[in-house]
Amino acid sequence: MREVAIVGISMIKFGRYADRDFAQLSAQAVLEALKDAGMEMKQIEALYSGNLYQTSGSGQRILQQVGQTGIPVVNVANACATGSTAFREAYFAVASGAYDVVMAVGSEQMGKQGLLGSRGDPATSLEGRVGSYMMPAVFGMAGMEHARKYGTKQEHFALASVKNHWHSTMNPLAQYQKESPLDEVLNSRMIAYPNTLLMCCPTGDGAAAAILTSMDKARQFTTQPIKVAASVLTSDPFTDRDLTLPDINTLTRNAAKLAYEQAGIGPEDLDQVELHDCFATAELLHYENLGLCGDGEAAAHVASGAPWLGNKIPTKYEEDVAPYRDKSYQPKTKAVVNASGGLLSKGHPLGATGVANIAEIVFHLRGQAGQRQVEGSKVGLAHVIGLCSACTIHILQK
Amino acid sequence: MAEATATQGEVRPLVPHLTLGETRDQDYLNGSVCKKCGTKYVGPRLFCGVCSSDGPFETVRLANTGTVHVWTIIHQATPYVQAPYIAAVVDLDGGGSVNTNIVGIEPKPENMKFGMRVKMFTEKVSEDREGNSYIAYRFTPIEGEN
Repeated sequence: MREVAIVGISMIKFGRYADRDFAQLSAQAVLEALKDAGMEMKQIEALYSGNLYQTSGSGQRILQQVGQTGIPVVNVANACATGSTAFREAYFAVASGAYDVVMAVGSEQMGKQGLLGSRGDPATSLEGRVGSYMMPAVFGMAGMEHARKYGTKQEHFALASVKNHWHSTMNPLAQYQKESPLDEVLNSRMIAYPNTLLMCCPTGDGAAAAILTSMDKARQFTTQPIKVAASVLTSDPFTDRDLTLPDINTLTRNAAKLAYEQAGIGPEDLDQVELHDCFATAELLHYENLGLCGDGEAAAHVASGAPWLGNKIPTKYEEDVAPYRDKSYQPKTKAVVNASGGLLSKGHPLGATGVANIAEIVFHLRGQAGQRQVEGSKVGLAHVIGLCSACTIHILQK
Repeated sequence: MAEATATQGEVRPLVPHLTLGETRDQDYLNGSVCKKCGTKYVGPRLFCGVCSSDGPFETVRLANTGTVHVWTIIHQATPYVQAPYIAAVVDLDGGGSVNTNIVGIEPKPENMKFGMRVKMFTEKVSEDREGNSYIAYRFTPIEGEN
């Protein structure tokens, strides 16, 4: 296996594009990534296209927009980890030596479809009659499992929203760029306890693209190649309750262990993390799953300021956070989490997310993240999880 | 309309892991135990995801009592379901876990507790266009045990 680098990257602003289709959104991302790498479409040797709702032919339809060069196209669907799985296939295509220059695109057009999993035949649907299978229920219960074990409060989860919404005000590509103090998060409409509306990610449309080459070719295209130091994909091992309550923890822990081994680093070496905060509850669980803090320390970690931009609570939120702070807790890691605003604010067009998370890390490693730049960022981790269940972790290095 | 067709339709379980008796108080949850590795599943299984075999499986009757492992209160529900309601995962006595609604208490966080003792009952929850009725199970707190 040879070293692989990212030489071109792009993400279009996430939002709602009623007048465009997913292929047009993707085309814009493709052209921006090509421009970023100083390449033309004919230099791309293979395309890996992640899209969940257009599982058949999404990549070909993108090429119909930007250049039908006849290259091999692989269409990927892997729940919310769709884009990052496409990226991983692209990574292997280069690492294996099969191709020198490939592209991964993640895209989705969701529109305003409402709650995921809420559809079904009203006569025979289980939803709401034999429990709930909607994502808000799954991640509400995942948070309650943490509360059951460690006494985590709703307010602790809500702090992840306060943080990510604040980060998003500095990200022009985020779907929402609106701050929300703690009381606003807690007082917004309840969706599924403990997650309120402002603790749930929005639906939306978006696309992101990455161009990968072998490391030895990378400097032909960029002065700042970003090394893919680890690329890991796991599925969920059997646990006693996983047919009722998807276990989002074990497969993330397994993936993290493998990723740190591959990259030869530990969580203490990370400058930043983009993790899968589809709901505020999920963010706290993944602090522990990724080893950013010890088990049971997630609540103390978010309130310590460590995962916030600048590694401290901004003055304006000090009062909000103070009652939930554990003064005896000393963070052992410094990774800023979801500087982009996270899925909570940046948005979560399903198939686009996996590539967009990688794009965010690349922006920072290159020093191109503007106001939200994680200063001196050299190592970043992008984590995505999809039910049921796929987890990808990529570690990127300057 | 419901009255005219209800008598002609079948009475069906909404989920395959609910076995219907002659009357609603005879309904019970069914499970399968893999004879090769002993894993107990809720509902029928043809293959075992733990030991990668085709069993065989022994069909068993699961307990109608259990404890609440985790819960959430759904406020934004699918259109045909009344919200708020309590959705939970219940660990059945003797093994097996099920998704369910907890009813019989007001859906408020302060009314819920982890490990709450609950008991199953069944009732008709819907009817299709052909007049078939669907029976689902729900759980309710056991008086005197919480």
